[in-house]
Amino acid sequence: MSTEVITLPGTQTTVETSRRPLVDRLHEWVTTVDHKRLGLMYIVYALMFLLIGGVEATIMRIQLSAPHKDFVSPQVFNRMFTMHGTTMIFFVAMPLVFGLANYLVPLMIGARDMAFPRLNAFSFWLSAFGGILLYFSLIGANGLYGAGNAPDVGWFAYAPLTSHSFSVGHSTDFWILSLLVSGFGSIGTAINIIVTILCLRCPGMKLGKMPLFVWLNLVMAGLVILAVSPLSAAQIMLSIDRYLGGHFFDTQAGGSAVIWMHFFWVFGHPEVYVLVIPAFAVASEIIPVFSRKAIFGYPVMVAATVCIGFIGMSVWAHHMFTVGMSSNANTFFVLSTMAVAVPTGIKIFNWLATMWGGKIDFKTPMLFCAGFLFQFLAAGLTGIMLSAAPFDWQLGNSYFVVAHFHYVIVGGILFCLFAAFYYWYPKMSGRMYNETLGKLHFWLFLIGFHLTFDFMHIPGLLGMPRRIYTYEPGRGWDTWNLIVTIGVVFQAAGILVFAANLIWSYFRGRIAGNDPWDAWTLEWTTSSPPPEYNFAAIPSVKSRRPLWDLKHPEDPDWKYE
Amino acid sequence: MSAATVTIREPELGWGPSARGRLGMYCLIAAEAAIFTIFVVAYLFYLGKSLSGPTPRQVLHVPVFFTICLLSSSITIHLAVRCLRRAKTRAFARWWFLTLFLGATFLGGTAVEWRHLIDDEGLTIQTNLFGTTYYSLVGLHAFHVLMGLLALCTVWLFAMFGKVKSDHAERVDTLALYWHFVDTVWVVVFLVVYVIGR
Repeated sequence: MSTEVITLPGTQTTVETSRRPLVDRLHEWVTTVDHKRLGLMYIVYALMFLLIGGVEATIMRIQLSAPHKDFVSPQVFNRMFTMHGTTMIFFVAMPLVFGLANYLVPLMIGARDMAFPRLNAFSFWLSAFGGILLYFSLIGANGLYGAGNAPDVGWFAYAPLTSHSFSVGHSTDFWILSLLVSGFGSIGTAINIIVTILCLRCPGMKLGKMPLFVWLNLVMAGLVILAVSPLSAAQIMLSIDRYLGGHFFDTQAGGSAVIWMHFFWVFGHPEVYVLVIPAFAVASEIIPVFSRKAIFGYPVMVAATVCIGFIGMSVWAHHMFTVGMSSNANTFFVLSTMAVAVPTGIKIFNWLATMWGGKIDFKTPMLFCAGFLFQFLAAGLTGIMLSAAPFDWQLGNSYFVVAHFHYVIVGGILFCLFAAFYYWYPKMSGRMYNETLGKLHFWLFLIGFHLTFDFMHIPGLLGMPRRIYTYEPGRGWDTWNLIVTIGVVFQAAGILVFAANLIWSYFRGRIAGNDPWDAWTLEWTTSSPPPEYNFAAIPSVKSRRPLWDLKHPEDPDWKYE
Repeated sequence: MSAATVTIREPELGWGPSARGRLGMYCLIAAEAAIFTIFVVAYLFYLGKSLSGPTPRQVLHVPVFFTICLLSSSITIHLAVRCLRRAKTRAFARWWFLTLFLGATFLGGTAVEWRHLIDDEGLTIQTNLFGTTYYSLVGLHAFHVLMGLLALCTVWLFAMFGKVKSDHAERVDTLALYWHFVDTVWVVVFLVVYVIGR
């Protein structure tokens, strides 16, 4: 073991940089390869798109708040749901997940940066460019007279809607290219995360000693590699069809519209796990800290996650029960989908067992995690309902499905991401957020969420299909739709409080210190915000809670693990 | 933790920072393999589904020579890296150039085959499903060969200026890994297009 001593400049350099001219500082952000700055850029970029996607959702809800409204034209409505779905999945959820992983994984494993810092920057700019490309369609796609601007084919862009005859102009091309470009960015980041986790762990951090956040992000990155690549392949095929006159999805020439569905959902379903596993990762860090107990069943949590990853790759065609597959295929996908509930249930019980008997402190992050537990359970239950093929034949493509997956994505994933913002905000900004505003955000958003998405199930059960522009009065859908739209007001108010809290606290918040939560993972050992090199001395760990060992030398964890 | 001194130690774990290039390449290969899988599935799914001719049996000839070229380039690149590990840089450059040459020959073979198909047989990517899937799958592979050749060329240029030393053996080996992958994919493509597909 060779030992070498290097003297690093002190932390005062960061103070100096903040006084430099704005152009210099911006230039630093653009050219940076620091994982923390890239992580923050991912997050800020995702939050901007969250606002845009939210506005699109609001436009749709205003249009549907009462029968026979014409707040927007049908064409605009189609563009709104396409852009809303694409934006929220690819340019909000994915960058948020990558941003958190980028920022936290190296800190949690005691590394100074990601394995490939330049690849990291490259991947970020690819993703950012992808998002800009999608929205540039508003200006650039209007290539032909009468052709629309923004894509209007739905976020899963079923063939033959995407063929030249039905999608004139360039809007679909912008959609294809933006997903292709950001997809390559995602694959690059995923490779980076895997290599960072496997190669750059600090001394003593064996795989079984990594924080669960790191483990779950490792599984997420593996899923990204296996899921996003098929999407890229399918997008290449679609471009070949549209530009070179190929026939992959051209039914007139013997091509198949169904195979596009397979290719899309081979990506599309694992994508749900790509997003939800990092949400689990956040919950697995926050719940123990605010229950003042170590996580219950660490090895089982890891095993269940890996299990979800594997099963998640083999359930995609449950999105296609209504297409008319063979009964063997239906049976397989019903059973595999139901099987996902087993490891997921194990995780929920483990979180509950972590809270059980703990000294629970309901600060804002914990409130969001508690909301997540209940809502994700409910989302899972409607998921089990929809996984039964006969039930899905009845309700596939209805508002029940829309309510189900928004329950997963908003009630599950977004709640956890909000929890993550509040939990790590002191680390990232160096200042505490405002607890009152945080709680106000939670309650507003909780009320808004339940108004919108609880009541969205009912018009679905009453037969309201998704993606309709408007509807006849007297079908029993009117009141429910109005309630759903009213919920949006509360959600929007919650988001505004959230944004105000982030901005206000950045300038006026209390100085947080290194470890405001009395937490146990390595990111809390360094200063807030961490210096560019993260750790002055590379830490060395003996247990899953290195900071607990440091704070309690008389009763360290490594004696029991 | 705010000490101004740092202790840098050799990693105690099997996966050290030195393994990251290799591991990164394995991950890239996994992603590429997933992309190729989708194209192979599409090819197999559309076998015999073309509404018009020509069919694979009518127009495809098995490219035995060019396949041998590409597959043997895996051996030459392996020998090249072995020479570099033993600091025989001149031998390395020779084997490396041979790899480059064999790869380029294969690509030339694809070009000749496509010219024959387009000019003599009238098969383009627009003709039928066979044309669409054939040009996409073989073209995707050819694109990967081309990318590999560009990378091989870069290393060869560095070698010509005497910049490639035995210290770089691990990095060069990472590139060799990619080249092996491209060759392996060809085995699959060959089986799918020229054996099963005919």
